[in-house]
Amino acid sequence: MHTEDTLNLSRRTLLAGAAFAGVVGSVLGSVPARAEEAKKVAEATVTDIDALERVKIDLVDPPFVHAHDQVAKGGPRIIEFTLPIHEKQLVIDDYGTTIQAMTFNGTNPGPLMVVHEGDYVELTLVNPETNSMQHNIDFHSSTGALGGGALTLINPGEQAKLRWKATRPGVFVYHCAPGGPMIPWHVVSGMNGAIMVLPREGLDDGNGNKLSYDRVYYVGEQDFYVPRDDNGEFKTYDAPGDGYDDMVKVMRTLTPSHVVFNGAVGALTGDNAMTAKVGERVLIIHSQANRDTRPHLIGGHGDFVWASGKFRNKPEVDLETWHVAGGSAAAALYTFLQPGLYAYVNHNLIEAVELGATAHFKVEGEWNDDLMKQVAAPAPIA
Amino acid sequence: MSVDAKSMLSSGPGLALPTLLLFGLLAVLALQTGIVRPGSFSSEPGIGPETVLVPPHAYTYRAAGDFQRGTAAIDGPLITVPAGASLEIMTYQVSATDYARCVADKACKPAEPRRHGTGNVPATGVNFDDATAYAAWLSDRTGDTWRLPTVAEWEFAAGSKAVDIGLGRETDATNPADRWLAYYEKEAALGANALATPSPLGSFGTNEFGLADLSASVWEWTTSCGGRTTFDTAGAVVSHLDSCGVRILEGAHRSQMTHFIRDAAGGGCSSGTPPDNLGFRLVRERSWVDGLRSALVGLQRGLGL
Repeated sequence: MHTEDTLNLSRRTLLAGAAFAGVVGSVLGSVPARAEEAKKVAEATVTDIDALERVKIDLVDPPFVHAHDQVAKGGPRIIEFTLPIHEKQLVIDDYGTTIQAMTFNGTNPGPLMVVHEGDYVELTLVNPETNSMQHNIDFHSSTGALGGGALTLINPGEQAKLRWKATRPGVFVYHCAPGGPMIPWHVVSGMNGAIMVLPREGLDDGNGNKLSYDRVYYVGEQDFYVPRDDNGEFKTYDAPGDGYDDMVKVMRTLTPSHVVFNGAVGALTGDNAMTAKVGERVLIIHSQANRDTRPHLIGGHGDFVWASGKFRNKPEVDLETWHVAGGSAAAALYTFLQPGLYAYVNHNLIEAVELGATAHFKVEGEWNDDLMKQVAAPAPIA
Repeated sequence: MSVDAKSMLSSGPGLALPTLLLFGLLAVLALQTGIVRPGSFSSEPGIGPETVLVPPHAYTYRAAGDFQRGTAAIDGPLITVPAGASLEIMTYQVSATDYARCVADKACKPAEPRRHGTGNVPATGVNFDDATAYAAWLSDRTGDTWRLPTVAEWEFAAGSKAVDIGLGRETDATNPADRWLAYYEKEAALGANALATPSPLGSFGTNEFGLADLSASVWEWTTSCGGRTTFDTAGAVVSHLDSCGVRILEGAHRSQMTHFIRDAAGGGCSSGTPPDNLGFRLVRERSWVDGLRSALVGLQRGLGL
């Protein structure tokens, strides 16, 4: 315990230093040079919060997303989420390889939250006393205090409540960032998710045309760094801290042992494959909290893609593959035009096939001969 | 074969006394000269693997390879064999320990299992060429002829543990997705029944003939080639082409695999469910001496000895 206390102390010290640096940075950079900046500052001014309607949302496990309106009804609201933190063992492939994961709400990735621009997110972060470590949450979509990390650092047995205003529409990563070397370790142990801040009037194509979706799926990509023993077998650990030293050594190679969607190899294939019908418009949210990636839908496209994930930018159209920078989320809208099986992959195909970054869509509907037809079936060369 | 093993096996208890005496004499001779080694097929203890003799029986299996009628993919035809001949085949898949002996003799390349497992586990992470090399090595070491089974032989020996990968229904020829989706779901259901990490030999029980660990977490190479057969609407073969760079694997769901692949699983694949682990078991060619032994065993049983 003595060692743990010392670690915690040094973590807090590190974090405090980082927080101070952040404040200095924001003061120096806060002179509104442009009207746009002034507008943002005005938007960020706290109004009469108490008068706003409150809505409590129950989160659901990815790849599914809680029910929500695409176009906001009425004015800004306070959206309440409760996010418990679970330290738990997760099986990450068919061979029973395990990691001592750290998770938001028990899943990797954590659940996708959906709010509208101008809403206030009021998050209750809970660190049950059964956990062994300090945790917090850094929302890339929020402004100030290390994304809220400096105001939410909680010990096992504690909870904290954070309110922040959703000022920028887009999809954004959230993750745990408890200071120093704990930051990457917590993130690659599974502790990340995403939030979608929709424009109040819904999505559009940047040319004044509204866009909407029939289904939305959330794919969270995760790089895992599982240590191996002398025989090359993946090691197992009884508690998160037991594997820390070994795991950091693997992390420093920057070579993941697994790159997976939604927590495990095959989490979105077979019986768990995502489904759609021909003609349905499907919005795919893809986050990667730590490492660059490049989603690709084999046999399909991205009709409208916000690769950087921010909805005030005009979406790109007709994409084959889009780049998602590590520490960000992307949104891609696609209308399925043919039935069949589609693989949705990280198009570094080594990562897709050898390391696990593959999901499947099962799409039902009528085949379109105009789009594709097998003119001659395979046969011996004439 | 100078002696018909099948007919002797089936008619053993009913043999006439003079024939019985003749066989008794032959057996004594065989034992004294070392042609027959009771309790082991090998002159090197521990090398000769445990086998079972699958008795003759009728069986039905689905032809291996790809089949189409016109441009529409279809299930392979079901083939019924009214009287399959007896077959001697390894009780267990070749173990990692046994395979390592071949590697130590520099006759086999090292296996490359994704996960070893613990205990007396089957050899996994072996490709078709490795399995063939092991069979040659084992034949050399034992003086017997060992080889991979054909698909037909594997299905014959697997009995009730054989898995039919046919959809058993016609799919919409105008919509290729119909078959893809149906097959995807069938394969996914078949592939999800066991932890992929290899388990010790015998972990998955035996079938009615005594073969262990069929159709579980380790797929088995056969010597049968992949290939494509096209029928016309009347069912006549329009074309057939073997593709022997690809061999058939039997297991929880039959798969076609390029001969040099040792790890099919990877971390996923663009579609379908890959085999978890690649291993094998071998059949032993039956010689006339084996026929004699079988007959003697039959006689012993028949005489209540």
